[in-house]
Amino acid sequence: MTELNSKIPKGQLAEKWNNYKAHTNLVNPANKRRLEVIVVGTGLAGASAAASLAELGFKVKNYCYQDSPRRAHSIAAQGGINAAKNYQNDGDSVYRLFYDTIKGGDYRSREANVYRLAEVSNAIIDQCVAQGVPFAREYGGLLDNRSFGGAQVSRTFYARGQTGQQLLLGAYSALSRQVKKGNVELFTRHEMLDVVLVEGRARGIIVRDMISGAIERHAAHAVVLATGGYGNVFFLSTNAMGSNATAVWKAYKRGAFFGNPSFTQIHPTCIPVHGDFQSKLTLMSESLRNDGRIWVPKNKEDAEKIRHGKLQPTQLAEEDRDYYLERRYPAFGNLVPRDVASRAAKERCDAGYGVGETGLAVYLDFSDSISRLGKNVIEARYGNLFQMYEKIVDENPYKTPMMIYPAVHYTMGGLWVDYELMTTVPGLFAIGEANFSDHGANRLGASALMQGLADGYFVLPYTIQNYLSDQIRVPNFSPDLPEFLRTEAEAKARLQKLMDVKGNQTVDSFHKRLGHFMWEYVGMGRNAEGLKKAITEIAKLREEFWKDVKIPGELNEINPELEKAGRVADFLELGELMARDALDRKESCGGHFREEYQTPEGEALRDDQNLMFVSAWEFTGENKEPIMNKEPLDYEFVEVKQRNYK
Amino acid sequence: MNLTLKIWRQKNATSKGKFVTYKVNDISPNSSFLEMMDILNESIVLKGEDPVAFDHDCREGICGACSMYINGRPHGPDKAITTCQLHMRRFKDGETIVIEPWRARPFPVLKDLIVDRTSFDKIIQAGGYISINTGGIPDANAIPIPKTDADLSMDAASCIGCGACVAACKNASAMLFVSAKVSQFALLPQGKIEAAERVHNMVAEMDRLGFGNCTNTGACEAECPKEISISNIARMNREFLCSKIGAPKVKEESGGF
Repeated sequence: MTELNSKIPKGQLAEKWNNYKAHTNLVNPANKRRLEVIVVGTGLAGASAAASLAELGFKVKNYCYQDSPRRAHSIAAQGGINAAKNYQNDGDSVYRLFYDTIKGGDYRSREANVYRLAEVSNAIIDQCVAQGVPFAREYGGLLDNRSFGGAQVSRTFYARGQTGQQLLLGAYSALSRQVKKGNVELFTRHEMLDVVLVEGRARGIIVRDMISGAIERHAAHAVVLATGGYGNVFFLSTNAMGSNATAVWKAYKRGAFFGNPSFTQIHPTCIPVHGDFQSKLTLMSESLRNDGRIWVPKNKEDAEKIRHGKLQPTQLAEEDRDYYLERRYPAFGNLVPRDVASRAAKERCDAGYGVGETGLAVYLDFSDSISRLGKNVIEARYGNLFQMYEKIVDENPYKTPMMIYPAVHYTMGGLWVDYELMTTVPGLFAIGEANFSDHGANRLGASALMQGLADGYFVLPYTIQNYLSDQIRVPNFSPDLPEFLRTEAEAKARLQKLMDVKGNQTVDSFHKRLGHFMWEYVGMGRNAEGLKKAITEIAKLREEFWKDVKIPGELNEINPELEKAGRVADFLELGELMARDALDRKESCGGHFREEYQTPEGEALRDDQNLMFVSAWEFTGENKEPIMNKEPLDYEFVEVKQRNYK
Repeated sequence: MNLTLKIWRQKNATSKGKFVTYKVNDISPNSSFLEMMDILNESIVLKGEDPVAFDHDCREGICGACSMYINGRPHGPDKAITTCQLHMRRFKDGETIVIEPWRARPFPVLKDLIVDRTSFDKIIQAGGYISINTGGIPDANAIPIPKTDADLSMDAASCIGCGACVAACKNASAMLFVSAKVSQFALLPQGKIEAAERVHNMVAEMDRLGFGNCTNTGACEAECPKEISISNIARMNREFLCSKIGAPKVKEESGGF
């Protein structure tokens, strides 16, 4: 087993980041100009990192598969971004944000990282306001806040239901400014196929120009992956259609360890699945839980009648409704963390109280808030979400309660990184959702945007210099080195292999089958038997894929089926690792719920004695079992407790 | 539902395109327009032919990738939504639907329904930002901003950069897109500092890229999936004029021009 060095600075919690910044190595301005950095991805983490590094003077190359950096999937985040400003005078502080995040993550994240995240959160808000992000304001002209799950304070800043869009456009504008200045070279419609290592260090990437199909070699002194999460392994998720794991998976296969792959967030408030043809799931922001109350019928007979359209939810009397979150968790009520809310919904539906045609839905009801605050207030707060819902479901949520059900949303797992956000491959960094992150086993709402921007604006620009300061004598790399040529040849051969299968089944049909296994066995409720089954079934499916996938068209043209095939091939491997990790972790924590390990009340039961660690998986070769390395989690400052939202 | 689709097929940027007719059967009225396209493509792939290429990503109306010109209208017949939010219940059984890419010289077709919109990025690069670096920023509440201004700025900032405004305009004008960004910043104190330079540079870049002028037809506003108001164009024109004559700017009234 490899000894993992998380490089956490010494000292008191509140001093660690300051100490680090005070003593880390920097690169002088003349040398910065000579150093090149590749950033893959243009979401919140990627765009903010690329812009900030370019402002510092580094030469940056930035890549995205979309036609414009502005379309990265951070754009779809709705509800908000947390910060410890305490503008509401409601008792917030850096420590409280830190504590809520550690607790929300069910004590499976690193104290020092989370504290740093809480510490830089305030600077993010300042930065974004200065960029012209039009956050919601009060009539007095100051910034407004709202509440999110897992917190008892209002610390979430928002821009209507489009916070991710506005923050991303802020980062995109900063990036665009650097493109204009010539400090960032932008490569849109380019997909990363592999990372190139020279003498054990990350020195470049292989990309495919998605228009011409040309395979290109790009070199730099360091490589930063900001390529997002891998929720699409489930086929149906709230991720964008193109969101994929290829970059992190290729990094894993080149030696970067994969941290906590099984930690997946199932978001409680999504529009329920409605048919086999469905291509993706749409989230309804967690912010709705500020004003919406979640319920199912108290009696199974009523639920049955509602499912068959014999009874309308609005006709059901108050005493016949079960507001199960308020009942089970009076202290946090409808604002319990996501994992808790999701499991509670599944529990009710599994027990036969679900609504909707399929019985796999619960109500999110705004009638109380509408009568208390008026329709106008609700419309001002959530208008775009209500409109989105109405377009999809064809029902008016102002009049009849919304139907919601949990769906795959975010992956806490990702490439293992140390305090400097560097993976186990020197010179290869991972930021944002792509790393195994500060969210432990469950991420709190409005914290993904915070982490992406923290990494990109305020953490990586410091920590990468500690690495690059060592590289100032290293001349620019030639992409014609044998290592580059070899990796390029491998990437080309793989694409050719995909094209040569010439089978009978479409890429999507494989992806849907994989998604089905993942949801059934590696989803919200997991058990040893199901996970073992998933591992064998996925392996079989993978074999079938490489024998029978059908990809039309050519290599040297726009070929969306080929793009999808490459991504699904990687999902078929990653899905197995997720199942392995879930099988190995014999406890329930956060979003990872093993049915064998629960309290008598059905809450997650951790095993802190034996399992308080980050699992960091090491690739050992094709079709060989990976090795699991452990990074023990040491709680120096926080008392580890059973989470209690009652 | 059974439908006939007439879809623009074009192999690449240099080849000539043409309409090809397809039939799709048993489409659920609850499926989205793009899910209907998925079903079509699945059947084309199984026949061993090249599926219809189209841009799409988030499928929830915010990324701005999808860009289909449906029955002569960008994003189809519904108001205030993108193609990915359009559902088949909006069409009649047996209907013929014509699907084209955006048509504008600054948006060349790359393949089938995919066009190149990098010209929009170039316009933003010309000045669609506030020139600050990361760090060293005063507290976010240091500058109070009237809620009405912040709300108007947010209205303009909602633009998703899809290009429907250009596709809808007979002049292929990008004025709605450019004015939305100009307005977002012009309405905020942070953005006023560079306002004159910004509007000048963005408009110059827009002209250089070959977008047409505005003749107040209003098609852009009518087709914008985010309902960006045409009053932003008026605001941009005023900003532009002021940037040329150096006159003090007219005080903004809430509610737009």
